[in-house]
Parts: sequence; C-alpha cells; structure tokens
Amino acid sequence: MAKIIIKNGLVVDPAQKISAIMDILIVDGKIAKIAKTIRVSGAKIINAIGLLVLPGLVDLHTHLRDPGQSEKETIATGTKAAAKGGFTSICCMANTNPPADSPAVVRYIKDKAASQGVVNVYPIAAVTKGLRGELLAEMGLNLQAGAVAFSDDGRPIMDARIMRLALEYSRQFGVPIIAHCEEANLAKDGVMNEGALSTAMGLPGIPALAEELMVARDIRLVKEYGGSLHIAHISTARSVDLVRQAKKQGISVTCETCPHYFTLTEAAVNNYNTNAKVNPPLRTEADVKAIKRGLKDGTIDIIATDHAPHNIELKDIEFNSAAFGMVGLETALPLVLTELVNTKILSLSQAIEKLTLVPARRLKLDKGTLMVGAEADVVIVDPRVQIKVEPSEFASKSHNTPFAGRALYGKVLFTVVGGKFVVTNGQLVSNDK
Amino acid sequence: MNKVKTIAKKDLLGLKDLSISEIKLILNTARSMKEVAARPIPKVPTLLAKHIITLFYEPSTRTRTSFNMAAKILSANVTNVAISSSSVSKGENLIDTVKNLEVMGCDAIIIRHSMGGAPHLAAKNCQSSVINAGDGFNEHPTQGLLDIFTMQEKKGDLKNKKVLIVGDIAHSRVARSNIWGLKKLGAEVVVVGPPTMIPVGLEAMGVRVSCDFDAEIRDADIINMLRIQKERQEKGLFPSIEEYAKLFGLNAERMKKAPKDVVVMHPGPINRGIEITSEVADGSNNVILEQVTNGVAVRAAILFLLLSGKNSD
Repeated sequence: MAKIIIKNGLVVDPAQKISAIMDILIVDGKIAKIAKTIRVSGAKIINAIGLLVLPGLVDLHTHLRDPGQSEKETIATGTKAAAKGGFTSICCMANTNPPADSPAVVRYIKDKAASQGVVNVYPIAAVTKGLRGELLAEMGLNLQAGAVAFSDDGRPIMDARIMRLALEYSRQFGVPIIAHCEEANLAKDGVMNEGALSTAMGLPGIPALAEELMVARDIRLVKEYGGSLHIAHISTARSVDLVRQAKKQGISVTCETCPHYFTLTEAAVNNYNTNAKVNPPLRTEADVKAIKRGLKDGTIDIIATDHAPHNIELKDIEFNSAAFGMVGLETALPLVLTELVNTKILSLSQAIEKLTLVPARRLKLDKGTLMVGAEADVVIVDPRVQIKVEPSEFASKSHNTPFAGRALYGKVLFTVVGGKFVVTNGQLVSNDK
Repeated sequence: MNKVKTIAKKDLLGLKDLSISEIKLILNTARSMKEVAARPIPKVPTLLAKHIITLFYEPSTRTRTSFNMAAKILSANVTNVAISSSSVSKGENLIDTVKNLEVMGCDAIIIRHSMGGAPHLAAKNCQSSVINAGDGFNEHPTQGLLDIFTMQEKKGDLKNKKVLIVGDIAHSRVARSNIWGLKKLGAEVVVVGPPTMIPVGLEAMGVRVSCDFDAEIRDADIINMLRIQKERQEKGLFPSIEEYAKLFGLNAERMKKAPKDVVVMHPGPINRGIEITSEVADGSNNVILEQVTNGVAVRAAILFLLLSGKNSD
C-alpha cells in the first residue's frame, strides 16, 4: 500500500469547512485520513509547514486545442500546464477542429487524455452541430461518450429559438449549457472594449452591451423554459448586476469570471499589445471593481481560466488580425492569491471554493474536495513566495499572456493527481507518461 | 536650415504622441521647405544617399506622390513597393516584409495600412524610421500636420480658433490626427456628423460633438470637410447619399451662414456634390489645393527631421 502523509500544512477544504493546520494521509491514491496529527509507519512524508494544502483545482473553461490545432496546444502540453498551475481537473471546450460535437471526438479526447494527459480531463461537448448555432448536436450520445456539459464557447448561439431548444432538450440530462454571451451583430468587427480608449486608438470596439444583452436574454430563456445555465467569462459591471438580480428572483443561473477580468483593464491593450486581446475584451476600471464585488458577494460563483493558447504567428501581427485569447492555467492561482486573497477581497477559503468545490459541483464532478474516500487530487502551494511570470518557462505550448514579467505571490510546489506526484518542487515529474 | 534641429524620435506614428514643441518644430521646418520647393531649382542635397521606401497596403495617389516629391526635393532615393506585386499577396506578414525591406538598406519606411496600429508594429520590429501614412481609422499624421500648417497660414495662431470637422468621424484617421494636433495647439474643435458616425467616448479627446451643421457654421473659423465613403451607406450608417448631402454637405446656401472669411478644407479625394458641392470646393474660401502644395513641404520637413544627421546604415 502506497502511503503518503502531507504534514502540518494549512489545509483548506471548503467542502468540509476546514481551514486549519492538519495532516493528510493518502493511501493507494485516495484520501484516507485528515487529522491534527497522523502517524503511520512506512509512509512517504511531505513536510508542508508554512504551505497551503488544497484540493486540486478544477477549471471549468480550458481550450486544449486537441484535436486539430497542435501548434497551439495538445492534450499532453495543456494538461502539463494545468498541473504546473495546480489544476488537477480541467474541462475542455468543444471548439477544436473538428469540434467536439460527436461521440467520436468526445471519445478521442477522453482516450488521448487517458494515455497522454497528466491531469483529469472532462470534455465539454458542443451544443450545436459544427458550433454553427443551427441544429442541436447529439447531446445524449455525447454525454454517454463522456462529456460533462455543453457549450459552443468561442461563438454565441445567436438564434434565441436554438438556445431555447438547447435549454429545454438538456433538461432531461440535468447538465448545464455554458453560454458564451455575445451579441455578434453588435460586436461585429470589434477587437477591444468600445469606449474612449478604442476611439483614441482608432480600433473598432466591442460594446459592453454586446455581452449584457445576451446575458439578459439567456437569463430570461432559462427562467421561461428551464434547463441549466452557466454563463462563461463575464466581464462587465452590468452583467454582474443582471446575474445578481436573476439570483435574487430565484432564477437558476451560475456564472464564472476569469483572472484577467479582475486584474486588468482595457489599458493593457495600449501600444497595440495583442497579448491583451481577448474575448470578451478587457473592460474599464469600474467593471473590474464590479467583478470583484460580484466575487465577494457570491454573484460570481466560479473562477475559470479561459486558457486560450495561440501560437506566436497569430499574435505577432496587426492588432485587428491577431487572435483573441490568452493562456491562463499557469497564472490563475497566483493571480487569485495576489489580486483577491492578499487584498482581502476574498478569504482564502472563499477563493479556493470558487476554484475547486463550486466548479466541481456545478458539473457534478466527484472532485474539488479532500474528503476521506476522495481521489487524492491535492495541490501544495507556497503562498509567500513571489514569482515573476516567465512565459518561456510555461509548460503550455503557447506563451500568449499579458502578465509576462509581473510579480505575483504563490508558487505551486506539488501537484498530486490520484495519489501520484505530477509536480514536485515546482517541476513537472518528467518520467510521467 | 543652418542649425540642424531634429526630432529625437525614430518614427512618426501619430500626433497623439507628438509634443507641442515637436509639432512646432515640424511646422517651422515645413516653412523652410516650402521656400525650398518654390525655388527655380527645388532641390537640396540634404538626404543624398538616403533611401526611402513607401509601402502602401491601401491605394493612394496624393499621399504617395506627395512623399515622393518631398523625398526628391531632399535628394533622397525612393522605392515604391506596390502591393499588388509584393509578396504580401503570397501571405508574408508585416514584420517579415518590413525586415526584408530594411536589410536591403533603407532609412525610412512609409506605411499606409488598413488597420490601426500596423505602423506601430512595423516600428517596433525595425531600426529604420517608420512614417505613418495612414493606419486604419487611427491616424494620418502627415495629413493632420499639413492641415494645421495650412490653417496657420490662413488664420495665424490657432488658439481658441473654432475648427469644425464634418463627416464620418468614427472611421476617419484624418479627423483623429486633426483633433490631437489642434487640441495641443489650443484650438476649439467641434465635430459635426450623424450620431452613427461619432465614435463612443470622443469627448474624452477634448472636442465637442454636434449634429447641427447650420448652428455650428455661424462662428466657425475653419471647416474641414471629410470624405464620405459610399460603402458606409451599405453598412447602414446613413440612409442615403441625398440625405447625407442635405444634412452634412457643404453647399453655397449653407456657406451663406458662415463668416465671410471662413476657411474651407478637404483632405481629398473629393466626392463632388456629396460632402461638398463644386461651387464651394472651387469657391473663394477653399484652400484645398494649397493643402496639397503644403503637403509636400510638411512631408519634406518630416523626412528631414527624422533622417538628417542620422547615419545611413
């Protein structure tokens, strides 16, 4: 029996309402015991004094680019990036090539993740065939093949009738539709947030309203027709308000935001910095404040990465032509600790909950906790170490981050997946798969 | 031109980034250049052996020719890269194109591009001076400077002078360069156009926005009419050419409401009968062809200030 004891770390497990110095015993890949002091003979001991011991993080929004865009990322590199960032479970979006709109592609992702992935991978299947927003994909068969949710992420479902049908049809499965909220006609040709800055830079803007109209529409649709709605990557103050009001009215809706939306404003695109080009676009100071308020008051349930790798050929070009998106797996946790926890916007438990328990529960994944009996997915973090973001050290195949050179707190030292060390002393374990 | 004063910058990307003293230096130098251009033999050896490339991703007659004339006054060599015959159509990206041109030994690359920020990208990736000859709807700095040069010739100090910029402000690089420069020189800038063509947050650039041409024209010192692109109508930004001409065109009847000495400008090319009638475009208040003449002097000044005193190579 392989035994590991993680000793004297600050264990934070929101599912058990634990936030205390504890020992954790792992036996045969499962959490066996969690107590003040554990003594077992023959166990490998990890000394975690001064370190955080957390459930492995769960990302609801990753783009693995596999199949079809291996120049940006693969399941192998993407899961390594996840492990380095402390994520032990990631849900990958369907906008691959071909898209994950059929059981064959869903199974391909599952199989490849089993053979080449170093963390748990859960495919999200497309809502509509070919992500075209016209006809429903085989939701039931895709679920049987291993999908955990549905999303056309990257594109909005512009036809309200199709969105209605998707919400209605998916009721039989109890699985959420993850909505990319963007009114495409209003956003047309836009490449950054619309406002004084886009005007001053001479770039076409994407109005905040393009997001908000669709947030409002989808909230009304789910109220009217039922189903389960999760809104991806919200970025504006009024989107937060819309979700807040909906929740007050008892409408069943959840939402996520991403680290860049509580850290950066549109000013990051100054000098035509394509690494800050993302969709939805970075917004204003007031929006950033509102996102933080939404995180604090619980309106925003989940922090997801929207890890969107792009090769340099798609970034080192004219701003208008550059691809939208930024990598996020390897910077998310330090950004949460630095921007939300150290600034006391969220308590450590609240922050960890939004990165573990809540996303896991939302998709009914048996993850995100250190409960006895759970698969031993654990991450050990030194919260006091200051790191400098160095894209060339990323495990991700792509380096498109606006955070290069930024000093952040929090270094992932160990990532354990099912009792197996994938990251040790901050380095990927190389003989792994 | 005895004392060589130059601009510390490598590139001219926009009026947004120029200081007031840099703008004044360019305008003063342009006055000298205008004098040179008017000589019987309009040529000085200042930029002999300098090599300038024009790289135009969008069609242009006036701006490209103007840069060519300016370079010739200063004895520089010019190569015009024609986009149809370039490798861009084979898929080469901007950075590669610029680097290839540079290693052939050029001192300046003059770029026109349909996307805002393209010259900035080029500038970051080469040692040569990059001059923005119009990028998307961001800036057209040499046009902005020649407009201001012409305004000063006609009206002197522009402080508190009321300048109307009329037309499609949202998609106009000329408007933006005018606004940045004019605000730095203390002018009052009022933009006039249909609300669908006024970009969000424009007031932050220090201008006033109006839709009432007839009201604004009464005390205007200068009217800068922008070219209306007919394809904007197809995109639904205004209902018809007729309606646009009626509401925002400059015609003889509207001119009656303006002060007698108002200066009428247009960056060209003109859509006669749409944003401006022939009667006004050719009328006594217009300085449209003088703008074109001044364009050569202003561009010569910019080439001189960026390239003289810097080692070839």
